[in-house]
Amino acid sequence: MGKRKTIAIRTGFTVLIGLMALTMILPILWMISTSFKIEGEVFEFPIRWIPRTLDLENYAEAWNGSFDFPLYYLNTIKISVLSTILQVTVSAMAAYAFAKIKFRFSNIIFMVYLSTMMIPSQVTLIPCFMIFKEAGLMDTHLGLIILTSFSVYGVFLLKQSMGAISGELSEAAIIDGAGHFQIFTRIILPMSRPSLVTLAMLKFIWTWNDYMNPLIFLSTTNKFTLQLGMRSFSSEYGNQYGPTMAAAVLSIMPLMILFLVCQKNVIEGISIGAVKG
Amino acid sequence: MREKRKRFQFCKTRKGADNLAGYLFLLPSLAGFLGFIFLPMVFSLCLSFTKWSFISGLSGMEWKGLGNFAALFQDIKFVASLKNTFLYTIYTVPVALVLGFAVAVIIHDFTYGKTILKISIFLPYISSLVAISVVWKVILHPASGPVNQLLYRLGVENLPGWFGSSKWALPGIAIETIWIQIGYNVVLYMAGFTGINRELYDAASIDGCNAWQRIRYITIPGVAPTTFFLTIMALISSFKVFDQVSVITQGGPGDSTMVLAYYIYQKAFTYYDMGYASAMAWVLFAIILVITLIQWKFGNDDNAD
Repeated sequence: MGKRKTIAIRTGFTVLIGLMALTMILPILWMISTSFKIEGEVFEFPIRWIPRTLDLENYAEAWNGSFDFPLYYLNTIKISVLSTILQVTVSAMAAYAFAKIKFRFSNIIFMVYLSTMMIPSQVTLIPCFMIFKEAGLMDTHLGLIILTSFSVYGVFLLKQSMGAISGELSEAAIIDGAGHFQIFTRIILPMSRPSLVTLAMLKFIWTWNDYMNPLIFLSTTNKFTLQLGMRSFSSEYGNQYGPTMAAAVLSIMPLMILFLVCQKNVIEGISIGAVKG
Repeated sequence: MREKRKRFQFCKTRKGADNLAGYLFLLPSLAGFLGFIFLPMVFSLCLSFTKWSFISGLSGMEWKGLGNFAALFQDIKFVASLKNTFLYTIYTVPVALVLGFAVAVIIHDFTYGKTILKISIFLPYISSLVAISVVWKVILHPASGPVNQLLYRLGVENLPGWFGSSKWALPGIAIETIWIQIGYNVVLYMAGFTGINRELYDAASIDGCNAWQRIRYITIPGVAPTTFFLTIMALISSFKVFDQVSVITQGGPGDSTMVLAYYIYQKAFTYYDMGYASAMAWVLFAIILVITLIQWKFGNDDNAD
């Protein structure tokens, strides 16, 4: 096959898939474009991708309207950050125990952990709801953070990477009189940094986008997360598409920017989870 | 005194110290596991055999044996939700898988700028489902949404009513899901390709295989484990579909988009019918368990090579 022909095929396919990639982000572009439009322009056809005037009214409406988006931002950031830190810490400690300490029943406990990985949250949510109601944790951020801070997946992911770390350094440290706490904090944690970052990224994205847990466990409007706010906004502003799209942009953009910055970690993390899962 | 000595002995040996350290490190995770997964699971199983409205308090709990499960299959809404969940699975899983594979092959072998293409296709997957669903609801607006306007210009006569019609609402949600899912499948397939020995392709080229033969006899068998993983994960997540339905249609029009997870939510948290909802949750679990067992059975064969 001639080299020139290969280049032609390649360019052709690049254009083809490029067009498809464009179609994939078209709804997102449409959302952004509509968020700047006045109501009359929204459904104009053929679609006017760049609005006549860049109207910021819609954003003002979403930001200062009857739903307190600045507050939802704070709530979401608070819940996502705390529950990510908590989950990574708890998972790392458990992963260390499973991967590096020989203790009684560790294999059995790990098997039990794994066997519950497929349980749909619908099964556990109803009892959790009742437990939280009894414990007074309903409609609190604390309850939501605690609820989402445990995951079998996190333990599994970190155990895989900690298990791959060679034991030589730890053994040398034991001879020097180091305990498990020192080995954990000084040797194992720094060496498993890439997978800690991966888990943190994935968990942060999941919590930020989580809808079902906040829907069930939060009821007061001023405790809402961004996703709940978005949902309420769209049902109240139903037919005002401009402000609704502005609100959608507000709830998608922060994460999209974060993803574009850290895309390598996220994509690697998702692939690792699959290859080993 | 005796206890103190016992503890002393416990820590004296290396083994004893390891046991203690192991459980200390595991403690927070184990507490979460017992409190949020294991005990709720047991509790939920017990609940599924009772009639219990949350409002009536613990004393109002009534033993029903298998009554809930028997009632389920008389419940038109439940049967509809089961049917819709299966339909949704059939609409979404194969299409997203085939498209994901095709796009991954083309990006991997035949294009420039792999990373940027991969990222753009992946963007929908990390976007919030709530916001994305709201956007789709407007894009598929039956009267004036851009999709139907385009279809109209193309001369389509019976424009689909999307979320306003009981015939098109479920396909509408399926299209949104496929759109979200393709990026994930592409990323995983591209990771799967790196595991295939490149020499096979060189050998095939020397033997005069064309591109299609290389895909058919090397790539497809080579990514079989990935295909398997993706199928199972997609099946499981499609049986749990909730966000799109909750945001866009709330199960309507009629019961045309009523799916299992949403019906469970409605029964439990709108009507507080906890026993009945738990019984449904266990049916959902049973379906997922069967899928997982199939994976376990066939997955082991795949991992052997």
